Amino acid sequence: MNSNNNYRDIVQETVTKKYKKRLFVNKLVTIFTVVCVVAAIVPLCSILLEVVKNGISAISFEFLTQPQGSIGSGSGGIAPAIQGTIIVVGLASLIAAPIGVLTGIYLSEFAKEGTFPYLVRFFNDVLTGLPSIVIGIVGYVVIVLALGSFSVLAGALSLSIIMMPIVVRVTEETLKIVPHSLREAGYSLGLSKAKITLFIVLPAAKHGILTGIVIAISRIAGETAPLIMTILGTSLFFTGITGPVDALPLRIWRLASQPYESAHAFGWGSALILILMILALSLGLRYFVQKRSPFKGMA
Amino acid sequence: MVRNKRHDKLFTGLVVGTAAYTLLMVGLVAFSVTKGSVDIFMEEGIQFITGSDWNAVEGRESFGAYPYIIGTLLSSAIALAIGVPISLAIAVFISEIAPPRIGTPLSFITELLAAVPSIIYGLWALFVFRFWVRDIIEKPLYDAFHAYLPFFAKTPFGLDIFTAGIVLAIMIIPIISSICREVMRVVPDSQREAAYSLGATRWETVRMAVFPYVKSGLVGASMLGLGRAIGETILVTMIIGNVIGPSAIPTSFFSQGQTLASLVANEFNEASSDLHLSALIALGAILFILTMGVNIVARLLVKKKMKVSSGAKAQ
Repeated sequence: MNSNNNYRDIVQETVTKKYKKRLFVNKLVTIFTVVCVVAAIVPLCSILLEVVKNGISAISFEFLTQPQGSIGSGSGGIAPAIQGTIIVVGLASLIAAPIGVLTGIYLSEFAKEGTFPYLVRFFNDVLTGLPSIVIGIVGYVVIVLALGSFSVLAGALSLSIIMMPIVVRVTEETLKIVPHSLREAGYSLGLSKAKITLFIVLPAAKHGILTGIVIAISRIAGETAPLIMTILGTSLFFTGITGPVDALPLRIWRLASQPYESAHAFGWGSALILILMILALSLGLRYFVQKRSPFKGMA
Repeated sequence: MVRNKRHDKLFTGLVVGTAAYTLLMVGLVAFSVTKGSVDIFMEEGIQFITGSDWNAVEGRESFGAYPYIIGTLLSSAIALAIGVPISLAIAVFISEIAPPRIGTPLSFITELLAAVPSIIYGLWALFVFRFWVRDIIEKPLYDAFHAYLPFFAKTPFGLDIFTAGIVLAIMIIPIISSICREVMRVVPDSQREAAYSLGATRWETVRMAVFPYVKSGLVGASMLGLGRAIGETILVTMIIGNVIGPSAIPTSFFSQGQTLASLVANEFNEASSDLHLSALIALGAILFILTMGVNIVARLLVKKKMKVSSGAKAQ
């Protein structure tokens, strides 16, 4: 009786010991994951804090409306860069958004299987993964070399190649979740496929697609590398579609590599403007979508 | 009816045409990098890959990409070594540990990190973060190990391959962790329940029931991050130190270095001759092949696990 009890105690003890160790490891891993989450959030907070702190003192009316003063003087502003970013990104979006949406329609509505759609999907993914500097080479070789000068056009072409695959992907995914019954309703009324797609399916997916386009625009608005090879950057305002122009990311880079405190302050100011522009775009979209969404869950 | 048919034909033609545009653009990229780099490969041949001179002075021109290939691989390797475990931990925390009340805002925050343009990471790294890296991480490592470990041997300066690797890691963490999260979502709950019912702790469930089920997807996610790190340009340009020639071959983590992409960004506007320009575009060509290979393998691995992959997040 007694020895039996002893034996049970020993088993109990080893089991508890092992179990305690497993619980301990579990706790350790949990703590590790929390530490990692915190480690990822710290940089975000620091970036936002520094950009706002250092940027806000640089911003003034002159900063937003004037071209750059002489180097190192700390006078003037970044107006040409703001203007250039809007022009180049706008032009790129005008190229990439319609083509991207139509390609997405093709992949989701017209050809789900087969070799050609497979290839389109595959190479679309390939484009998404290419470094932006490689895509800058396209703008340089195809347009800058042909025209003989750095130009808005070359920048817009490069940015549109970065933007397009994102729009294609989002459009395809969004159209896929539009309920099939909507299309069938169209067919039962004898509508053509073109009409069904354009006037029934597309409006139903409008907000999802718009969100995708805005994500893509904010992505290209922050691109720097391809612009080095295409629009060059100048301290002057827009002169024409075949001439060079400035852009915010490019200006930030140039300012950061100058040895002057005043240039760095301008760099932070430009960074703040860039973030605010991107933020305004997505907040504007959110407002638009929430106000009018027929299906709130979809967008 | 006839009009309907005509509309359909027109519209089908239009969408097929735009789909073909995607293929055209890929063709255009391949054409551009080939056309731009053909001069230098004619001139240098395979020497361009294996050589380490970088001299743009007229009459003594000699270009070799070897140091920058090494610099690219080393900085990306550091980024992965730091970034992958942290990304995995974040994904596990959000999808397996945290209640949705905490998990949802957290995944929103990591997505926000992914939306910060790399130029802003660069600005922050150059003026703020590199001093943290130098004082908090590099100095202690240097003091502890420089006597007997050669890769910690150089006096840390803050603008070096190690810093570039860490900032790249910060940049790719949101990308990797959001794909890992998506991938882990496809693990059926019955897998987890089976493990729990055997008395497994949460960590044991993740380790034995979740990870093995989506292993290839997790590897793919990391490789997508790798593709991003290899091709990142402006951020690296700002903090890697930018040396050229044989001295760009790193001897220590704290060496100043140069990557393929950063050299292109640095010298493109100051290229002194057509051959110099061609050499820079050829660096882009190497980058093109490298990232395309990494990305294709990665996509295949992720796709295998997810029939519906979400494009916006998987960029």
